[in-house]
Amino acid sequence: MNNLVSIRNLVKYFDIGPNQRVHAVDDISLDIGEREIVGLVGESGSGKSTLGKAIVGLHDKTSGSVSFKGELLPTKYGPQDFQRHATHMQMIFQDPYSSLNPRMTVGEIIGEGLRLHRQLPAATVRESVAEWLERVGLEADHMSRYPHEFSGGQRQRIGIARALILEPEFVVCDEPISALDVSVQAQVVNLLDELKKSMGLTLLFIAHDLSMVRYVSDRMAVMYLGSLVEVGTANELFFNPKHPYTKILIGSNPEPDPKLERQRPSTAIEGEIPSPVNVPPGCRFANRCPKVMDICHHTTPNLISLVEVDNADAAPRDVACHLYT
Amino acid sequence: MSEPILSVSDLAVEFDTYGGTVQAVRGVSFDVAPGKTLAIVGESGCGKSVTVQSIMGLIPIPPGRITAGTAMMNGVNIIGRKTVNGEDIRGGQIGMIFQDPMTSLNPTMNIGNQIAETLIVHRGYSKRKAFNRAIELLDLTKIPEPEKRAKQYPFEFSGGMLQRAMIAMAIACEPQVLIADEPTTALDVTIQAQILDLLADLQRETNMAIILITHDLGVVARMADEVLVMYAGQMVEHGGVDDIFYNSGHPYTMGLRAAMPTNQPGIDARLTPIDGSPPDLFHPPAGCGYCARCPHAMQICVDNPPPTYTLGERHETRCWLHHPDNNTQVEGINKAVGSSP
Repeated sequence: MNNLVSIRNLVKYFDIGPNQRVHAVDDISLDIGEREIVGLVGESGSGKSTLGKAIVGLHDKTSGSVSFKGELLPTKYGPQDFQRHATHMQMIFQDPYSSLNPRMTVGEIIGEGLRLHRQLPAATVRESVAEWLERVGLEADHMSRYPHEFSGGQRQRIGIARALILEPEFVVCDEPISALDVSVQAQVVNLLDELKKSMGLTLLFIAHDLSMVRYVSDRMAVMYLGSLVEVGTANELFFNPKHPYTKILIGSNPEPDPKLERQRPSTAIEGEIPSPVNVPPGCRFANRCPKVMDICHHTTPNLISLVEVDNADAAPRDVACHLYT
Repeated sequence: MSEPILSVSDLAVEFDTYGGTVQAVRGVSFDVAPGKTLAIVGESGCGKSVTVQSIMGLIPIPPGRITAGTAMMNGVNIIGRKTVNGEDIRGGQIGMIFQDPMTSLNPTMNIGNQIAETLIVHRGYSKRKAFNRAIELLDLTKIPEPEKRAKQYPFEFSGGMLQRAMIAMAIACEPQVLIADEPTTALDVTIQAQILDLLADLQRETNMAIILITHDLGVVARMADEVLVMYAGQMVEHGGVDDIFYNSGHPYTMGLRAAMPTNQPGIDARLTPIDGSPPDLFHPPAGCGYCARCPHAMQICVDNPPPTYTLGERHETRCWLHHPDNNTQVEGINKAVGSSP
């Protein structure tokens, strides 16, 4: 499988005052293959959204690089860069209420990309918008309505149509279903799945609902305080987590199965995610880790490929933890 | 089942708006016993929050209006009352925690004083005594360094810590019933696990009843003894947590389960979404509220509201599929053993 997107040592800091910076994304490297869905999970404040936005150019990169099909993307996007890259990289946002302009009609919102990037005549844009409204399960005559006339699930469909009308190859979905009800989440997930198959899309699917991410993704990547702690195929990582943080994260996810829940011991751990301003030296998870060792407090573990001695056929797995070095 | 501490019957709530009257809750009944947890589940707008807010007297009247129903607690109907035997119900006998801890606390008051206020108002404590008790309560909800934390303001707390502080406030007067309205929806899973464990520990110690409102079936499976499934302002199914998960009698409950991924290795069934969206409660449908989205809908479902059928001990559902004359067998739906009109 060829890599569509290659992220190398990507760093994004936000300066918040004299000698103070938020280490939102700290030295992340990740490859996303063609037609692959990579699920990115982690607690709030772990830098998932910042990573997603830095990849599509909505944040300038502090250092490191992102390349798309082997071509290096700019560190800081100018208007020309957006003009050039927006046609093949798009983003679907979390909040379907605040990410649609309330003063534009749905037709204007969805067709804006075509008008700006393809300079098509108005009639052609309208046709295309009508077609996309139907593809995402809405009706063509909805294009003259305004966002407030739609429910959350319908608005998320509008956001999806807006992102996909330019037929991008790569889409960052930043928590596309978190704001929706369970019954509607499945509608949106199935829609993304169908569109992925019919258009050959590659997706970075950011979410905190672990069961849903496992269901959607081919591979899963777990972030903690700005860095990746574990990457692996979705099922392997979910059912056989290696990093202590991944184990706790997956163990904290309550199963919709009362019999299982009654048997399961509590996996709650003390403490909360530390501030990304004063990042502790060594492993970032050390202060909460149940298996912490001396080395964890002063040496940062690198993300390394795990070689399973007894199972040569095991799917590739990368872990950043001193337990495995 | 021991004697219920709170029993609600036929509660109906309406709101007047410019667009007309919204029938937010249309006849809901349930009860909850000491030491037990009742989970109320359903999607946004199904009336679960309005139900508990009207029990607490928290809905604004007008535009809100409680048109019918009673909520009996210790033999007294508490709907529309502020006090029972001179004691405040709200904050005293019933404590409540809210979904968003970041916006539910007063940003200009330190945490200790906010907790102490409850004790000063409801228990007549002196300021100093109440503040000391607030520190004990922070300790009880496992907040580290409670003396220092009590003097801090909400902005200095993280989301999980604020939720602990709000729990401390809600249990300050040792309520018999604790209402938790989506207590962990705004929190991360690792923090959610901490808060759920804390609620379960407190329940074991104090034997209080918990009414837990949530839309997360995982949380329901972990916490609930009984479950009330609501749809379009009505009960569609009520039963023990195992009945609801393994022996469900209503297509909506089954639809919710099918719309969520199961975390079992090797099983990757495609998610089955529930098509469509909930009905407009300005003009609720004449028949079953769910019929427009129900895969098994029949003509009678459109025309007549379904009666309540009993499926077992403390397990009931409102669905025409359980009518004795119905010959359609739906996979997974068990036939009712009796009905109550």
